[in-house]
Amino acid sequence: MKMLSKLLAVLAVPTLLAMPPTASAAEVVVYSARNEQLIKPLFDAYTRETGVEVKFVTDKEGPLMARLKAEGKNTPADLFLTVDAGNLWQAAQEGLLRPVNSTALKANIPAHLRDPDNEWFGLSVRARTVVFNRNRVKPGELSTYEDLADPKWKGRLCLRTSKKVYNQSLVAMMIWEHGEDQTEQIVRGWVRNLATDPFPDDTKALEAVAAGLCDATLVNTYYFGRLMEKKPNLPLAVFWPNQSLKSRDAGVHVNVSGAGVTRHAKHEKEAVRLLEWLSSDKAQNLYADENMEYPANPRVKWDARVTSWGSFKQNLINVAEAGKLQAKAVMLMDRAGYR
Amino acid sequence: MPEPESLSIPSVAAPPVGASSFTGRLGPWLAVLPIALITAVPVLVVLSALAHPDQTIWEHLWKHVLPELLVNTAWLVLGVGLGVTLLGVSLAWLTAVCDYPGRRFFAWALLLPLALPAYVTAFVWLGLFDFTGPVATWLRESFGILKPPPVRSRSGVILVMTLALYPYVYLTSRAAFLGQGRRLMEAAQSLGQSRWHAFLKVALPMARPGIVAGLLLAVMETLADFGTVSVFNYNTFTTAIYKAWFSLFSLPAASQLASMLIFFVFVVALLEYQTRASASYAASSRAAAAPSRIALKGWQAGLALAWSALVFGLAFVMPVWQILDWALNVFEQDFDARYLDFAWHSLLLAGLGALLVGTLALVLGYAQRLHPTSAMRVAARLSTLGYALPGAVLAVGIFIPVAWLDNQLIERLGLEGQVLGGTLAVMLLAYCARFLAVSFGPVDAGLGRISKSIDEAAQSLGVVGARRLWRVHLPMLRVPLLTAAALTFVDVMKELPITLMTRPFGWDTLAVRVFEMTSEGEWERAALPAAAIAIVGLLPVFMLIRHADHAHT
Repeated sequence: MKMLSKLLAVLAVPTLLAMPPTASAAEVVVYSARNEQLIKPLFDAYTRETGVEVKFVTDKEGPLMARLKAEGKNTPADLFLTVDAGNLWQAAQEGLLRPVNSTALKANIPAHLRDPDNEWFGLSVRARTVVFNRNRVKPGELSTYEDLADPKWKGRLCLRTSKKVYNQSLVAMMIWEHGEDQTEQIVRGWVRNLATDPFPDDTKALEAVAAGLCDATLVNTYYFGRLMEKKPNLPLAVFWPNQSLKSRDAGVHVNVSGAGVTRHAKHEKEAVRLLEWLSSDKAQNLYADENMEYPANPRVKWDARVTSWGSFKQNLINVAEAGKLQAKAVMLMDRAGYR
Repeated sequence: MPEPESLSIPSVAAPPVGASSFTGRLGPWLAVLPIALITAVPVLVVLSALAHPDQTIWEHLWKHVLPELLVNTAWLVLGVGLGVTLLGVSLAWLTAVCDYPGRRFFAWALLLPLALPAYVTAFVWLGLFDFTGPVATWLRESFGILKPPPVRSRSGVILVMTLALYPYVYLTSRAAFLGQGRRLMEAAQSLGQSRWHAFLKVALPMARPGIVAGLLLAVMETLADFGTVSVFNYNTFTTAIYKAWFSLFSLPAASQLASMLIFFVFVVALLEYQTRASASYAASSRAAAAPSRIALKGWQAGLALAWSALVFGLAFVMPVWQILDWALNVFEQDFDARYLDFAWHSLLLAGLGALLVGTLALVLGYAQRLHPTSAMRVAARLSTLGYALPGAVLAVGIFIPVAWLDNQLIERLGLEGQVLGGTLAVMLLAYCARFLAVSFGPVDAGLGRISKSIDEAAQSLGVVGARRLWRVHLPMLRVPLLTAAALTFVDVMKELPITLMTRPFGWDTLAVRVFEMTSEGEWERAALPAAAIAIVGLLPVFMLIRHADHAHT
């Protein structure tokens, strides 16, 4: 009996933790697919500044959305934070978010980095660009994403798997620009040019380029930053593709990490205030720099490391389009044999 | 004031009533049905998606994705199945029945790979042996070998998963060999069989339920695995499930694919059981009590030692060396006082999980022993299906009914906020749905080794019902039960999707730390929590082996 009551006491402890606090201090609850070490410093700073408690739980975006859906109008979550516009678009599509009318957010976040219906807002920009081996690629050889399908790159290209959403949204944007048929030709060209099977992550692809297994790859810049910080002597450099003003090419493919207020938020006001704060000058550096991403707010200065890679013209098509076309892009890559 | 204890005493302290109802027709079902429901409800939630097929996605998957994936999956299951059987059975035989230098050490050391999350091990292999890794670089620079054998290949995945999963077979078949005793072999040899023949004709067939129990676990884990295969970018059936869900945004299509997986495993498990249902695998107690080991000498001993050392080195020493190296690099940056909490949470969950899952498995196995009907058999197999589902799919299957119940409570009773969601009780139930297979396999095989004549003898002495279980069977089940508990313990320690989805706010475990690091591709930082899992997860392995060897030497 004693053991049983002890066991019951143990079982009940987290139950109490999960209960809403009796003294209803201001709080906001976040479901986050952006990982803990990137968001906790921000939330801690926010609590210090405003006294508002931020409770959060992390998971992958798919399970988090399934969770929001299952909890319905009784969900404890006020804010849904995730990476990739495709996921944000999907959350809005499933009716999990609500529109937010905030002049501060509209002023801080450029139009192409937020939902046209104001259900979600980009908070940091992730640029997917070309990284090449300085010893093996002549300047002038590189020009566009599309050009990497040219036979001159045969056996010189490394890619990350098509299962990663970064590649899916890049291809989705290409479908938006070129249509499905032409994009499929380009992706087939990439696959023909591969030096080796696709890699499980960007870092592995970068290391392969550095080791000379291939000459160029497509990665998010912060993976490049992270690797170079660890091994500064690697013969790698960033190239910004699709920059020529004359062509109709639209610029470097960008994606966002961002957030939206949940449809059934219990602390709507607090959630909007946190969102506005995250887009503000003071929070943007803390948000982006921790992971060497670009601030979404154009008035905010970039991190020194990020600045050293040079400036670039970004694709200004609304990132929501990538979400709309993501399923098409995935099927296209399957057809083209891009694994 | 009535004492709360007094309320529950009658039901515990009334053996005649409890015994007669337990041995009655209805009794076992009263125990088995709730257990089967724990798994059946989430599985049914997943199966319910079958009602709404998504035409476009299915056509696409069928035409462009599934043909390759089915071939890949078949190869993987075949390769890993053969691999774990070869490694597991041979090593179990050597350490359980033979004697050779280092045998005592390897008996427990060969279990240690269990404590490593397989996807972390996979990443270590990739890091060491891929084109950019130190081994390939060394081969290139020292010998001019430009193309080393590619680790990112079908055989690479099979090798790494075999090394990660063989301990299941090792553990269950070792328990079987220990349980059948060495006198069985002596008897066979005295009948003129050579030692090799005696092994093939007597010991191996007798150990079949144990071997198959471990093999089924390894195969189910292979089918459900996503982390390890994605490190190798090796597309399996699970890849299609996650592709449908995360990339094509169709959870229904993902659930439909997962349902196919469930059917497959269910049929295989039933067929397997059917083929051995009529045979008896019990050894008489006198045979089991035999003492002497087969002493290997000369080159045989050398070979046994080399084989054990090779497997141990590749499956444990090498990955751990790399993980510790990485962990030390980030120790100062990442280690803080919170790790004590993480470790405590992991230990608490794994400990309670092992206790609960082990107990339920015992009830399930015992009910099936008392009532070996086919309905009971189906119920038992149903209860163990959760292990064959990809973790995240099962997690959603668990979460949906829990959230529904919570919503009912909130709306009907006017409660404020969730009651069930984010409690340890729900987490533990979820682990039951996932890991009953892990405990049931060893317990079921263990019960099968106890002769029915022992039941009858106990009955004739008036020892029946719960008392018979407690006084007669439990002591004989010590090794299988400890095996079940240890396996469940390490599996809960490593479990991710259910833990992520059901944990309370701010209540992180070591496995959650691994997730936080790997979700942004920071594998080397994930080494620190992975090392902690290994260290904490080793506890039960040590305890298990100490007890198991005490029981049999």
